[in-house]
Amino acid sequence: MNTQAEGMQRFYKTIQKYGIVFVLLFMMIIFMVINPTFISVNNLIKIANQASIYGIMALGVTLIIIARGIDLSMGSQVAFAGLIIASLGQLQTATFKVYPNLPELPVIVPIAVGLLIATLVGATNGFFVAITGIPAFIATLGMTTILRGACLLYTKGQPVTNLVPGIVFFGESLFGIPMPVIVYMLMALLTYILLNHTRFGSDAYAIGGNVQAARVSGINVSLATIKVFAFSGLMCGVAALVFAGRVRSVHPGAATGYELTAIAATTIGGTSQTGGIGTVWGAVVGTLVLSVLRNGLTMVGVDGYWQQIVEGMIIIGAVIIDMRKNAKAN
Amino acid sequence: MSEQYLLEMNEIVKSFPGVKALKGVTLKIRPGEIHGLVGENGAGKSTLMKCLMGIYKPDNGTILFNGKEIKNYSVRDAMNYGIAMIQQELSPVYHRSIMSNIFLGNEPKTNLGFIDWNRMKVESLEWLKKVDVEEDPTREMHELTIAKMRMVEVARALASDAKLLIMDEPTSALTTKEVKQLFTTMRKIKEMGNSIVFITHRLDEIFEVCDQITVFRDGESVGYVKPTEIDQNGLIQLMVGREIKNLYPKTECTKGEVALKVENLSMGHSFKDVSFEVRHGEILGVAGLVGAGRTEVIETIFGLHKKSSGKIFIEGKEVEINSSSDAFDNGMALLTEERRKDGIFPILDIRFNTTVANLKHYIRKSNLINHQAITADTKEYIKKLDVKTPSDKQLIQFLSGGNQQKVLISRLLLTEPKIIFLDEPTRGIDVGAKSEIHRLINDLAHQGISVVMVSSELPEIMGMSDRIMVMHEGKVTGILENKDINQSVIMEYASGIRDDFVPAETERVNA
Ligand SMILES: Nc1ncnc2c1ncn2[C@@H]1O[C@H](COP(=O)(O)OP(=O)(O)OP(=O)(O)O)[C@@H](O)[C@H]1O
Ligand SMILES: [Mg+2]
Repeated sequence: MNTQAEGMQRFYKTIQKYGIVFVLLFMMIIFMVINPTFISVNNLIKIANQASIYGIMALGVTLIIIARGIDLSMGSQVAFAGLIIASLGQLQTATFKVYPNLPELPVIVPIAVGLLIATLVGATNGFFVAITGIPAFIATLGMTTILRGACLLYTKGQPVTNLVPGIVFFGESLFGIPMPVIVYMLMALLTYILLNHTRFGSDAYAIGGNVQAARVSGINVSLATIKVFAFSGLMCGVAALVFAGRVRSVHPGAATGYELTAIAATTIGGTSQTGGIGTVWGAVVGTLVLSVLRNGLTMVGVDGYWQQIVEGMIIIGAVIIDMRKNAKAN
Repeated sequence: MSEQYLLEMNEIVKSFPGVKALKGVTLKIRPGEIHGLVGENGAGKSTLMKCLMGIYKPDNGTILFNGKEIKNYSVRDAMNYGIAMIQQELSPVYHRSIMSNIFLGNEPKTNLGFIDWNRMKVESLEWLKKVDVEEDPTREMHELTIAKMRMVEVARALASDAKLLIMDEPTSALTTKEVKQLFTTMRKIKEMGNSIVFITHRLDEIFEVCDQITVFRDGESVGYVKPTEIDQNGLIQLMVGREIKNLYPKTECTKGEVALKVENLSMGHSFKDVSFEVRHGEILGVAGLVGAGRTEVIETIFGLHKKSSGKIFIEGKEVEINSSSDAFDNGMALLTEERRKDGIFPILDIRFNTTVANLKHYIRKSNLINHQAITADTKEYIKKLDVKTPSDKQLIQFLSGGNQQKVLISRLLLTEPKIIFLDEPTRGIDVGAKSEIHRLINDLAHQGISVVMVSSELPEIMGMSDRIMVMHEGKVTGILENKDINQSVIMEYASGIRDDFVPAETERVNA
């Protein structure tokens, strides 16, 4: 009886741990039954492609939430970094140029500068949280407004278009696979390694799991927090690059609200708002759940307003399940 | 007189807003010594250790480690010097593996700079073996018993290569057997030439394991003695500054009707078929090893867990208790075992923490809260239980562990319960306060209240109970009148050697 009970328990645990994967498969089967073209290669690629931008953002915010923070400024970080990348990477023939006299730079320059600035912005968020001790919610909320203002100021409210091929490349395909998907997968791998195989990730878990224990263990909590936010900034920079490539232009209001989708994806993937719990694969699956849901609902003809309602309910449902799971664990 | 000390702390002063926690204390520790640090709650023991660990900066005084002065250092530095600390309140990272906890902040790395999980696992196994814990290092921390978590923390300290190990009340959550095991480990550490600062309120432990004792009173060091030069009473007198006459002031009182009756209560895998009753004015002690299911039983009665079967009667009437508020409505109150996790609101003040369970009594007709009454009651209980605090507005997180416990007991008493469940009521409480709390428990019984007291300290169980219920692995093995029994009998029941309730027929054949 004992082994049977243990077996049941293990089964139950597996279901709980990978429950979200079952949800994803279940959803895909339902959509497929209603509309078989849902499962076509083209459509699946499309789903992955649509998922990539906020998927990349979700990777960053997963780390932040594991360290018991939050980042509401991600959308504006994407816009800001995107504008920087675009403004330094405009064709000479562009009608509106942010820097009229700038010669065409090698494409690595706009990309490097964009990523660097995004990382610094993230680090600034981290600085406010770690050093001044204000809640991450407030710090990043303030940062949102600051960055949106900075965006408008930077281009005088204009969109930046006519980007060089080197940037547009990040919106195209390589061997039939969209570049955004490739970048997303690479970033997921990078995050996975950082989170599971370096001090950086270990510290994030420790801080979110028990900040007191982290301190007593000699972990530099402030520095680690800053690093986590900086990493999220970097991910926003990468997302911005993909955004610029795909949309082929960036405007100051770009990516508004993306942070909420990213946070939702992370949450659906089982990252706990109480900190200390979360995985990269969870963030990826959570992102796919949202992306499949949006795509599938459209394919089976559910109207757009209903889609939002369903999405909201899924987010809340996921958190309810997640909380029960963690309550059991305690 | 040029003795070589491993650690010398001289004239250490540390103040917090409103409290001078350390008024120039001295602590000297030789290499290879287990050094007992004793003193009442709030005497400053933990504060001094936190100063040593680099968590607090002392306002004044010098610290010499290995003959060299150290100052203005961080926790990281302290660890590098070779000092490690096991904190008073357990603080593991619950959702990480055992090995992550052992190497927290100190993870071994591969040449490429990645965390070396394999090495971590192998080394963890070694350290776990040293502290006699047989667990898979990849198990998550929250799945362990408290005793094992303690041992993991010891392993962690060892893994950090500490020459001086600070153990702030490591035994408070352990049972006799586990304490023995810890002592074995401590002696091993001593034989390796390392030193231990050992803080405890259980004085017999001091005499059992220490080579040297320092006594604190009110932020001052008032004694530096060898255990061979002093006896328990002498030590108490040093600590308290007065004589404690009776640690277990239990007096007979008349028992009334049955107040609480539990019939065949079961809850999942935790415990099975628990039946007992308690009368008005009776104190029922619940003994057993950690993990026997004692806490689960009282928490289930209290509605914190869902029972899988069984009945509960109060004053002869069957009741359904599905939540703690049902329990309150039925006149029950519970003092939880894990005060840090389940009991206190750390960032709120003593007034809130004292009255939170009883707020409805402080609502005026106008629906506004009567703050004067709250203040008055809080002050009354601060005085009654002798809580050491600069004011009733102090945040509870700044009180010493024992004083936090007193505030929680105040909270309980304010609800004027008829049935009280106490889970390890004097854990981490000094002798003086302990005898006060025991006196309080005795008073409660005299007021006709039924008391169910879980305790891992057998002297406490035997000193305070009318009857003793012993549990072993989720089953009641005996309910004994507390007359003419000795510790070893209780231990036999607790370890399952004796069992008065062996099922008459073994029916579970195909189990
Ligand atoms: N961070 C803090 N802020 C304010 N007061 C504090 C703080 N830490 C400790 N104190 C106070 O300093 C005094 C000493 O506390 P400490 O925790 O060192 O006592 P202790 O000897 O360890 O007691 P116990 O045996 O109960 O654990 C107490 O009066 C306590 O209230
Ligand atoms: Mg203490």
